[in-house]
Amino acid sequence: MSNHTNTSHENIDEDKRDFIYIATGAVAAAGAAALAWPLVMQMGKAADTLAAGAIEIDLSKISEGQQLKMLWRGKPVFVRHRTSGEIAEAEAVDVADLKDPQTDDQRLVATPGGKLDPKYLVMVGVCTHFGCIPVGEQGKVDAQGQYGGWYCPCHGSHYDTSGRIRKGPAPKNLEIPPYEYLSDTVIKVG
Amino acid sequence: MSGHPSTYEPKYAASKWLDKRLPIIRMGADFMTYPSPRNLNYWWTFGGILSLCLVAQIITGIILAMHYVPHVDMAFDSVQRIKRDVPFGWLIQPMHAVGASMFFLAVYTHMFRGLYYGSYKAPREMVWIFGCVIYLLMMATGFLGYTLPWGQMSFWGATVITGFFGAIPIVGESLQQWLLGGFAVDNPTLNRFFALHYLLPFVIAAVVGLHVWAMHHAGQNNPIGVEPKSKEDTLSFHPYYTVKDGFAVVVFLLIFAFFVFYQPDALGHADNYIKADPMATPPHIVPEWYFLPFYAILRAVPDKLMGILLMVGAIAVLFILPWLDTSKVRSMRFRPVTRLWFILFVIACFILGWHGALSPDQPVMGVKSVWWSRAATLYYFAFFLVILPVMGLIEKPKELPESITKSVLGEAS
Repeated sequence: MSNHTNTSHENIDEDKRDFIYIATGAVAAAGAAALAWPLVMQMGKAADTLAAGAIEIDLSKISEGQQLKMLWRGKPVFVRHRTSGEIAEAEAVDVADLKDPQTDDQRLVATPGGKLDPKYLVMVGVCTHFGCIPVGEQGKVDAQGQYGGWYCPCHGSHYDTSGRIRKGPAPKNLEIPPYEYLSDTVIKVG
Repeated sequence: MSGHPSTYEPKYAASKWLDKRLPIIRMGADFMTYPSPRNLNYWWTFGGILSLCLVAQIITGIILAMHYVPHVDMAFDSVQRIKRDVPFGWLIQPMHAVGASMFFLAVYTHMFRGLYYGSYKAPREMVWIFGCVIYLLMMATGFLGYTLPWGQMSFWGATVITGFFGAIPIVGESLQQWLLGGFAVDNPTLNRFFALHYLLPFVIAAVVGLHVWAMHHAGQNNPIGVEPKSKEDTLSFHPYYTVKDGFAVVVFLLIFAFFVFYQPDALGHADNYIKADPMATPPHIVPEWYFLPFYAILRAVPDKLMGILLMVGAIAVLFILPWLDTSKVRSMRFRPVTRLWFILFVIACFILGWHGALSPDQPVMGVKSVWWSRAATLYYFAFFLVILPVMGLIEKPKELPESITKSVLGEAS
């Protein structure tokens, strides 16, 4: 070391020096964290992605037994006009047997009259396993799985006529998106 | 970088001047004269082959990036345009796509070689761990790159793999949407995947530097796993192994060229010639062939989170391998019983790869595919967690040769 440095160590206040180290380090850490925050958060959903969040669907155009598939937030929404047989099947299930227990009624939203309309089932058409789109076209028995609802071909999850998981690796029932009835036949999803 | 006494002597005034300021020529010269064990066989040429693969992927990749458009409406068409309209695009695009497969073919060979000859054992644990890091980075890069052509398999592969993060309790969904930049795989996802796909190869190159540095510091392993003891046990890297590596590279490039020129799509999937459609999943999603064993492990358990944990565990177990294998003997040549278990392990990996491509319910020889995967998954973990720890304690290895020279020349030495 050169002769500019303080050679008499007795004059150094160690506590004061520790304080300076810690204070400097704390300011640097806080600064780094403050800078990291925007760098991390920019990866999240942008304003335009969030804004394109709602669609309206006219239910009267879907005939009995038919299913409508609409794109909502980059994912398909299934609107199924269920037959009376399918409704009866969904209601007859013992909830205690289910992996993700929900009654059929819990999977519906009330119409403006305050009643549930079990004819229309609205779900996000994305398998809760790894996000594939289940198949379930009416009239194709082999494409509806063992429970008459939907079948995910990726890893073999079977959903019943209420979109509840019955067999296979998916952990949850098909998701019900946030939606409301604008009239008896029009819904707004999102 | 190399842990041996330097023999480089600068001859010219300019090289003497430089050597005092930045001994970069010395570093290269020391690298070329590195004393390598004299008994390295062709399994040892894959390090050089892998370096070539990395360079080839970076060069072809930079060229492709000059023509590729990372936008959901244009990505698919821009890749088709590269193949059809861009001068020599028909050659460069398959070189990159086939190159990814060849890269994995070489890395798997390299890893099995390390396993067989015990190259992960002391003092080479860091060499092995950096290798595992490179492998992880390669998997990430391969996955990100496969998304870019924006075909059906690209899109749904990306959906399924980012879905893994959604399985994490509590934070999963937010984390997944943060990674995607939206509610589902979409334009923001494609943009960031492109940026990361361009970045990671350079990170790999840096870790390769550490991998080679650690290897030169500890010294190379060799087929008998006995450390070199005298100068007779080693040969200068150049010209002995540059020539051997060169010959292996030529053979490797022949196979590479066969795929590029005659079967450019054989290692891909036909569905990736259909533009990505977020409204329809292909009936049978499969990942690229080099992920199939892990895909089989993922599907072997009927529970989402458990499946992911097992798959992650299958890679994580590689990192702790140096501490799982209790045997002091490196090479399987001298471990007659463990050698058989090792061969079974390779077969289990192939079974996993085979069944990763099948539908879980498909029967094979009267047994559902998923049960084949379960049996092979069980063996995969048993090999690392039971067989290697136990065999090291109970197996009586064959007698090791006195030295590398003795093992090569016998009594003539």
